[in-house]
Amino acid sequence: MASFERIIRLAFSACALLLLVMAAPASAQQVNPTASAVKEQQLLQELNRIQGRVSIPDQRSGVLEQPQGREWREFRNVTLRWVGGIAILGMIAIIVIFYLTVGMVRLQAGRSGRTIVRFNMFERFVHWMTASCFIVLAISGLNITFGRPLLLPLIGFEAFSEWSQWAKYAHNYLSFPFTIGVVLIFLMWIGGNIPNKVDVDWARRGGGLIGHDHPPAYRFNAGQKMIYWIVVIGGGLVAITGYALMFPFYMTGIEAMQMAQIVHSIVAVLFVAAMIGHIYIGTIGMEGAFEAMGSGEVDVNWAREHHSLWLDEEKARTGPNDGRPQPATAAAE
Amino acid sequence: MARMKFLCDADRCIECNACVTACKNEHEVPWGINRRRVVTINDGKPGERSISMACMHCTDAPCAAVCPVNCFYTTADGVVLHSKDLCIGCGYCFYACPFGAPQYPKVGNFGSRGKMDKCTYCAGGPEADGSKEEYEKYGANRLAEGKLPLCAEMCSTKSLLAGDGEIIAQIYKERVMKRGYGSGAWGWKTAYRETIES
Repeated sequence: MASFERIIRLAFSACALLLLVMAAPASAQQVNPTASAVKEQQLLQELNRIQGRVSIPDQRSGVLEQPQGREWREFRNVTLRWVGGIAILGMIAIIVIFYLTVGMVRLQAGRSGRTIVRFNMFERFVHWMTASCFIVLAISGLNITFGRPLLLPLIGFEAFSEWSQWAKYAHNYLSFPFTIGVVLIFLMWIGGNIPNKVDVDWARRGGGLIGHDHPPAYRFNAGQKMIYWIVVIGGGLVAITGYALMFPFYMTGIEAMQMAQIVHSIVAVLFVAAMIGHIYIGTIGMEGAFEAMGSGEVDVNWAREHHSLWLDEEKARTGPNDGRPQPATAAAE
Repeated sequence: MARMKFLCDADRCIECNACVTACKNEHEVPWGINRRRVVTINDGKPGERSISMACMHCTDAPCAAVCPVNCFYTTADGVVLHSKDLCIGCGYCFYACPFGAPQYPKVGNFGSRGKMDKCTYCAGGPEADGSKEEYEKYGANRLAEGKLPLCAEMCSTKSLLAGDGEIIAQIYKERVMKRGYGSGAWGWKTAYRETIES
């Protein structure tokens, strides 16, 4: 027993001696308690952000530094303005050139005086609800990106802030009917918008936009299907990312919000460009097209030239003489 | 003119949170908003460091660059301030800020963002210095009274320094020289694109 105690004592003194020897050089110079301390630049290089613990209730403020906001700034102030500017002005330029060279796509056979129902009341309501929301969302959204360099110098700080504040409210609130519209569009027109073989031929013949070609199409041709999928996929993306930004931290942290803003704005400016093309073809770009979403009834000749297979289907379904006489005002044109 | 900056000497910060409390009290900052906070890195482990952080009043401030309504301005002292009359509460400055300084009261519908609030370097806002309107929107304007930000003034260990960038950098350098170590001026490289060589 005594020998065991002696061994322990010996071990202790050996340890103490060892410690003294080790501590001697350290005490000779100044102690550096930061030798093992975290280094800012090292942390930033490793994770590109510095995070810790905070004792206040707002745990999100535990992110001390996140310099990637700099890349987001570059995107928001430079990249997005270039992409958006080129996409939207480019689309307008293409349309102007197209209109001046080719002009309105006319009904080759003229009007027959008989019409056929293309979109019912509900379909038109959904279309115009989504469309009117889209226009307000697009203008208020473009204001956030382009308003400061373009509109602010013209109307001054106070007026621009007042307008932007209302635009923000409109953008937030109209997102809800817009999202409902996109969901309804997805559900009610999915049947006619699955790509098929006819679309390949239609696309190969350029949709008949140039010249007097009229490739056959069912209810929706390849171009319209493209618009449909742009609305469904683009609309879905802007809705999801938009709500992530509208309700900060409910779904995402700060990096994901930066990403959400990037996706939201890029998809949105491309969406706007696509819709400018859609509006052109639906109005001054093609004779007889607006009626489809206006009164809901199109001229039978229009249907024959642009949607021949759909017209055949409808005729087979309802009998050949279902075409209704057009109202006198339209027939007089 | 001076170029006002903050410098937190992390080797001195003891995470007492007095700066946080002083700030909240001095400016009557609303519930849920913290213009300043103390973040502890590697809490409870060797090498733990605490850093007091607020708006760093950056050079070429990212918040001002991305603001859609251009509501930010930099004073002659290099302090980055904003107008709550112009702010629309969009959240963009928060995405761009490297230090998480902008905060939004959840006063809008569905708890959406109200007008942004952040550290003013105790320099108020665009309203007349020391006016009631200025106090209600931005808090006290100590700078106009010739005083420095309260958080730094009352820091018990003098870890948090506020004042002209060159002067506080000099103070920090002398400290580092004397004690032989220093973990650097946290956030300076990100905020001012320069750091203090020590």
